[in-house]
Amino acid sequence: MFDRRLFTNFDWTLLGVVLLITVFGVINIYSASSSYRDIGTPYYLKQLYWIVAGLLLSLTVCSLDYHMLEDFAYWLYGGVVVLLLLVLVAGKTTMGATRWISFGFFNMQPSEPMKIVIIMTFARFFSRYPVFKGLTLKELVYPLLLLGVPAALIMKQPDLGTAILVSLIAGTMLLFVGVRWSALGTLFAAAVPVVVVAWEFLLHDYQKKRVYNFLNPDLDPLGSGYHIIQSKIAVGSGATLGKGFMQGTQSQLRFLPEQHTDFAFSVFAEEWGFIGCLLMLALYLFLILWGLGIAKRCNDRFGSLLAVGVTAMLFWHIVINMGMVIGLMPVVGVPLPFFSYGGTSMVTSMVGVGILLNISMRRFMF
Amino acid sequence: MKNLNNIIPDDDGGGRRIIGLSIGAFAMFFLLLSRLWYLQVISAEDLIDQSESNRLRFVPVAAPRGAILDRNGKVLVSNTPSFSVAVIPQDVKDKEQLIDNLARYLNLDRKEIETKWTKGQGRAKYYPLVVASGITRDQMEFLEENRLALSGVNIEMKPIRAYANGSLASHLLGYLGEVSEDELNSERYREYNAGDYIGKSGIERAWETYLHGTDGGRQIEVDARGRFLRTVAETGSSVGNTVMLTIDLEMQKAAEQALGDKAGAAVAMDVNTGEILAFVSSPDFDPALFTGRMPPDIWKKYLEDERHPLENKALKGMYPPGSTFKVITAIAGLEEGLIDEHTTIQCTGSYKFGNATFRCWDHKGHGSVDLKKSLRESCDVYYYKLAERLGVNRIAKYAKAFGLGAPLGIGLENEKGGVIPTEEWKLKRFGKKWYAGETLPVGIGQGYVLTTPVQLASMIATVANEGTIYRPHLVKRVVDSDGKVLQDYTPQVIGKTGLKPSTYRFVKEGLLAVVNEPHGTGGMSRLWEVKVAGKTGSSQVVKLRDSKGDIPYRFRDHALFVAFAPYEKPEIAIAVIVEHGEHGGSAAAPISGKILRAYFEGKGVIKKPVPKAAVKEEAGGEGVAEPDTGAKEE
Repeated sequence: MFDRRLFTNFDWTLLGVVLLITVFGVINIYSASSSYRDIGTPYYLKQLYWIVAGLLLSLTVCSLDYHMLEDFAYWLYGGVVVLLLLVLVAGKTTMGATRWISFGFFNMQPSEPMKIVIIMTFARFFSRYPVFKGLTLKELVYPLLLLGVPAALIMKQPDLGTAILVSLIAGTMLLFVGVRWSALGTLFAAAVPVVVVAWEFLLHDYQKKRVYNFLNPDLDPLGSGYHIIQSKIAVGSGATLGKGFMQGTQSQLRFLPEQHTDFAFSVFAEEWGFIGCLLMLALYLFLILWGLGIAKRCNDRFGSLLAVGVTAMLFWHIVINMGMVIGLMPVVGVPLPFFSYGGTSMVTSMVGVGILLNISMRRFMF
Repeated sequence: MKNLNNIIPDDDGGGRRIIGLSIGAFAMFFLLLSRLWYLQVISAEDLIDQSESNRLRFVPVAAPRGAILDRNGKVLVSNTPSFSVAVIPQDVKDKEQLIDNLARYLNLDRKEIETKWTKGQGRAKYYPLVVASGITRDQMEFLEENRLALSGVNIEMKPIRAYANGSLASHLLGYLGEVSEDELNSERYREYNAGDYIGKSGIERAWETYLHGTDGGRQIEVDARGRFLRTVAETGSSVGNTVMLTIDLEMQKAAEQALGDKAGAAVAMDVNTGEILAFVSSPDFDPALFTGRMPPDIWKKYLEDERHPLENKALKGMYPPGSTFKVITAIAGLEEGLIDEHTTIQCTGSYKFGNATFRCWDHKGHGSVDLKKSLRESCDVYYYKLAERLGVNRIAKYAKAFGLGAPLGIGLENEKGGVIPTEEWKLKRFGKKWYAGETLPVGIGQGYVLTTPVQLASMIATVANEGTIYRPHLVKRVVDSDGKVLQDYTPQVIGKTGLKPSTYRFVKEGLLAVVNEPHGTGGMSRLWEVKVAGKTGSSQVVKLRDSKGDIPYRFRDHALFVAFAPYEKPEIAIAVIVEHGEHGGSAAAPISGKILRAYFEGKGVIKKPVPKAAVKEEAGGEGVAEPDTGAKEE
């Protein structure tokens, strides 16, 4: 199974870009958390451990032929949906949301693997599904059900950010498969009442408040509008060249909230300025285009679909996180892949990279 | 390599859609980049300002106030370091333990510290919270030695007012207090901040702008919780300017000593400049008590004392001038040609006017009285008759020519103007016409006439210098910390009486006789070395009908004395009033004598008696005027 060609075809560029981003991430976390009281292992070191763990996982994923995933996809889907149900029944509640289940020695958040699993499920579904001139409305029923069940369960936790992400990933894959204009039009027309109903009955007050604050942060500058205002100040005051490494006053003096996790990019923007941001955007854009390139070069439909799905996952994380940090989107707890501190995000993203590497190096295998 | 597993029916469509997705990704990233450009390039300046104001705070540092000196440069008010204990909440580890320690070391009640702590809890964590102020140097050193047990404690030094001579000249110097809300809203205190100390009365208030100095401050960096991190920049405070008074410390002391605990006022003034050499209002208060927290019992005592220690009697006390006003009546008579130095009247002890009988203080009568005798023995009948002929308006004309009836512009707030009645004044004030019978008491400084001690001093100074009214003033100059003179208050002539020289001569001869001749009422202010001229007075507080025996304190007459010296070439003028002192000759004149003595001792004209025994002897010899002759008058 281990072909020499696998090694020669290994996608060093992809790994290189990812590692470059993680290095910037670690450096940034070092600065962002330098004002914290040091208790135990510092964040940047923990992030390094997670990177190493993520890489190992990533290499494990890419060592096994991704075609095996095609067989497991539905089983995995079924399993994660069961776990999501379990969360609702017996989950651990922290900060008003029930997202975790405890396995005694180990806690897990099943909504996170759902991001990968929905990709595999859709890839599996459409790899065997002949599509001619785009999906019709009727043909969309099964895929939307496949998406709707976990998305609804995740929203119930409530975890709006992940629910939206899962939907965006699936939606992007549908666009890649092709949807007829008539079907798209009907769906959008149907979406309006759904959104209204969701706003009225499904969204929690704190979620609505976030949207209000996004629309007008000055409503409550010290309360929930605080994040948006302080982050904008941090980013903007970085100006063209930035305040310099460890010199960001907004971050070092802790005016920024959650500055090593969701708002890590805000710290980076303050300290490295527009030039630094330009570099980061370039790296991320390169990553996305490279992922789409892998999808294009892949010769089988399942692989292409997988690659598009994983790239979509990374893309939407990047866009939503950055959009939030610079005040283009409401505050939803979405981390920046490879950059924000956090093991969960790192593991998910690295598994995604593993899948991309897997597809990339096996493109000549058949 | 051939793709065997290709089951995608629309391969080109897949490729096209990848391009579509790529374009979508580009577009999204372009949107992000545009927003970053907007924030980091276009709005950068504004957002940099916002981030600066986020982290920087300004902590003002009060400037030490300028000193107040006497005319010879002797310190009257300066600053002294006051040590207070402050805690910086962000640095405190164990609050309860710290309060225990502080209470023990400072010998304070635990509750007291706790209360102050809770009071200041709303402020930022870096803000020092004063829990005990005015601690002694010993306590301060003890705390310094025990620093380890007191983490989070700061000993702060701040300059507070030091009054070199305690309560000396307290009404003149004034006291400090925290700027009030109303004051903060006024134009005058626009630049002040809540918590600043400002002059609340006297010189401290009137010369506030000079004394205050320029506050400095520290720009500090704080974190999101408002905790102090470091000092970014510091602007030094610059000490206020020095105000040099016209007051002579030694004379002030002598004047205060002479008045003792009697209620009253004394003003000594340079005849040829208007400079005030001594300015006493008695009893006085301790200005230092106003700076910190006034002990309630003392405050109560101040308010309830019937001698009104908080009132500036020299400037704001309005008293009927009594017989001291006869100087004005006499001048009016001479100027109007109604009398000359030889004109005599008969005093039978009273004067009948219409249905009323106006009595002379000496019921036996003075017999034949000329101008000199009328002043020397203070004959009332002489002045009743003269006033009757003058009419109130003509008396007022001369009183006003001598600066009475209006504030003189001494430079302190709320200076009173007194009252010089005229027919018009009465009509305006009471809506009633003037009765001729009301003119008679005006002639002896009673009735509606009211004057302040400062006005009386100025009046007698104008008599002494024969016609020039100098603006009485308290400040000689203002000097900045480098010694540069910012303001020089030169003598200012605010009026000329323009009278005949002979008028002054005749009146002054009379005033000399008051002090130096047998039967003179002012003998108790006589000095052997220098010729003193003066006039006694006592003014009715209430009309009492021939009451005998003890009169309650508050109904007793006020005793007054005005004087100048040396007679030949006058230098100093004095006005003394002793509230409820009864007789000018016995209560006020000796005080005037003591102040004059201090003045001439300071000039070296009178030798300072060194041995104590000698002082007594001399004083005994000096108090010559036998009360048998004339120290009593009505």
